[in-house]
Order: sequence, then C-alpha cells, then structure tokens
Amino acid sequence: MPGIAPKRWLKAIAFALCAGALVSTVSASDPASRVAKPAISVDRSTQCIDSPDVMRRTHMDMLKHQRDRTVRAGVRGEKVHLNGCIECHAGPGAGAAAGSAVGSPQAFCDGCHRYAAVKLDCFGCHQAKPAASIGGGR
Amino acid sequence: MSEHERGDAARAPQAREAVRPGNSRRALLAAGTAALAGVLLAPGIRLIEIAAAQSARPAGEPASSKIRWGMLVDTTRCSTDCNECVKACNTENGLSGGTSPTDAQWIRKVEIRHKDTGRTSSAPVMCQHCANPPCVDVCPTGASFKRADGIVLVDRHTCIGCRYCVMACPYKARSFVHEPISDQKPDVPRGQGCVESCTMCVHRVDRGQQPACAEACPEQAILFGDLNDPDSAISRRIREIATTRIREDLRLDTGIRYHGI
Repeated sequence: MPGIAPKRWLKAIAFALCAGALVSTVSASDPASRVAKPAISVDRSTQCIDSPDVMRRTHMDMLKHQRDRTVRAGVRGEKVHLNGCIECHAGPGAGAAAGSAVGSPQAFCDGCHRYAAVKLDCFGCHQAKPAASIGGGR
Repeated sequence: MSEHERGDAARAPQAREAVRPGNSRRALLAAGTAALAGVLLAPGIRLIEIAAAQSARPAGEPASSKIRWGMLVDTTRCSTDCNECVKACNTENGLSGGTSPTDAQWIRKVEIRHKDTGRTSSAPVMCQHCANPPCVDVCPTGASFKRADGIVLVDRHTCIGCRYCVMACPYKARSFVHEPISDQKPDVPRGQGCVESCTMCVHRVDRGQQPACAEACPEQAILFGDLNDPDSAISRRIREIATTRIREDLRLDTGIRYHGI
C-alpha cells in the first residue's frame, strides 16, 4: 500500500532523530567524556601496590618519603620503590609505551605528566627502563 | 699470639674471643659457606670470613651505627699495570670510564713514589669514607651526609651542584656530572648537575655483597668488612699488619686503610 509506506518511513526517521538527540544530550551532560584523557596504556594483568585512585593522588608523596628513608637511613625492600614502578609500567605488559617510563606521550609516567603539565624530575637521574631491557642492573 | 694481642685479650672479653678460634667464630663460619672455611690465606686469616662477615640487611631495617664499613688495601699485592678495580667500578656504577676533566671518576689507580728512597707503589684511591668528612661539613644543603654505618654519600635529591665538597675533599674523590646521562644502572641513579663519588657500592653492601672493586681484584688486595666488629677479617688483619691512612695528619678517621705505602 503506497499510502502507508511513506508514513512508516517518516516515523522511522523521526524516531532516529529523537534517539540521536537524546544520546547527544546525555553525553553533553557528562563532562568527563568531553575532556581528552592522557593516552597511556596500563597493564591490568597485575595489581599495583594500591588502588588507582590512591596511586594517582599520592604516588609522589609515597616516593618522596621512601626515597628519604632509603637514601638517608638505608632502608631497603620497601613496598614503594621507583624501580618497582618502572618494572611494571615500562615493562613488556605496558603496551605501546613498553620499554620506557618517559620519552613519548604514550609512556606511562610521561603521558600523564605531560597531560597535567607537571614537571617530571625523577628520570634526570633514575633509569626509566626496566633492568631486564638494559642488560640487567643487578 | 703476639704480645699486643695478649694485652687486648686481657682487657676486653670481646677481644679475647677474637684471637681464640672458639665458638663465636665457629658460629660465624656456620652462617656462611662453610666449605671454604679451611682455606688459609695468611696466619689467622681464613678466606671464609671475607664472605661470611656480611649478610643482607633485612627489608625495612635501617643501616646500623653498630657497623662501620671499611676497606683495607694491600698495596704490596697491587700491581701498576692492573686496572681491574677501576673497570669493575665503572661497569657496576654505569660510569663512562673516561678520564677527561669532565668525566666522573669514583676510583683511580695512583702511583706513589717516595721522594727520598725512590720506592714506588700503586694503589687504588677512592672516597675514603671519613668518620669526620670535610665534604659533609661544608655542604650548604645537607646533601652530603654520612650514613649510620659510616658510608659517605650524596643525596642527589638535595644536591644543588655547588661543588664545595669537591673543593673540601683532600682526596679529590668527588666528581661533578657535567653532561646529561641516560644510561644509568637502575640501582645507581646519577645525573647532570650533581656531585657524586664512591658509594662503597652501597646497593651491593645492603644486599650482603662486597663492593665491586673488592670483588674484582684478581689479587684480593682489597679487603672489605666491618671495622667495628673485632672478629671481622678486616679488623683482625689491621690488628696484625702495619696499616696507614692517606693524610692521617688531617685526623679524618678514614674508613679506607692501606698496607705497604
């Protein structure tokens, strides 16, 4: 029936438009999805020493206190240590940035620090590659 | 047993145990690799104590002031054309091995000639790990410090690269890093703008190993150990043989001693 078919066709278009508008309204109301995120790859197969929320906020304090205990007092084998970060986050499981914690926007440390515009000083002195990839350090 | 040792033994019970190969030494030997215990290097010096004197410090435990790490360099066994300790140091700590004025050198082979007699000897000279270190005295930021177990270090997190310590050190043991570095060893962070020197391989010592130079010496001319422990191989050796310290007149109480210079 030629009289009904165009109506159905119009209905379908109207429905699609409404659905599209709804989706776009929802996405516009969620600011997180509108903001670009750092393009780091994270190896989820292993567990970090604490939850991502805690690590994001406090990793710098953890490292700062540990470094003083280790350098000054000589405490070894702490839960927090920079070499431990490197082993996982620049290790083979780290995806596109495998090999180094710095040096590219995809590298684990550098990616976020570039994004947040926070200067990263650790790797002026510390090795940014895992021990295994530079012919061992031990 | 010499008269000197008899005197020591009469004074302190600890010292008496040191000269008598009794239970305390047996226990020490049992803790290590007992198979080598019979190897006699010199009267009263057994090879085993070199290895058994140290064990890795448990995780979470700070360095203790009960220990004072030190080294004894026997220059009578050190030959002029041997450079193994320097090479081992460079490899262990990721140094370039260059000797230009802007290259970091943590250990150097130095030829010494007595002005009057003409006698020459060769000795490795590195940071002497003073008990009263001038580098620590002059450091304006507190970056240069002495760890509880006597190892003198630079905290690069605090070092501003002013190089006062380089000027203050009578042994010329400290180097400044002029160029950016990217090939550091994971256990030995080092970078541009900081002063550095021999760390007595602190990362190895904390794992229970001896410094790279002592391990690499083909003549075992470098003896590493705890100067505070009267039973340690180094303590007994310096009780037995004549040793001296470079620029002893400065009274810096260095942790590195030399025999035969």
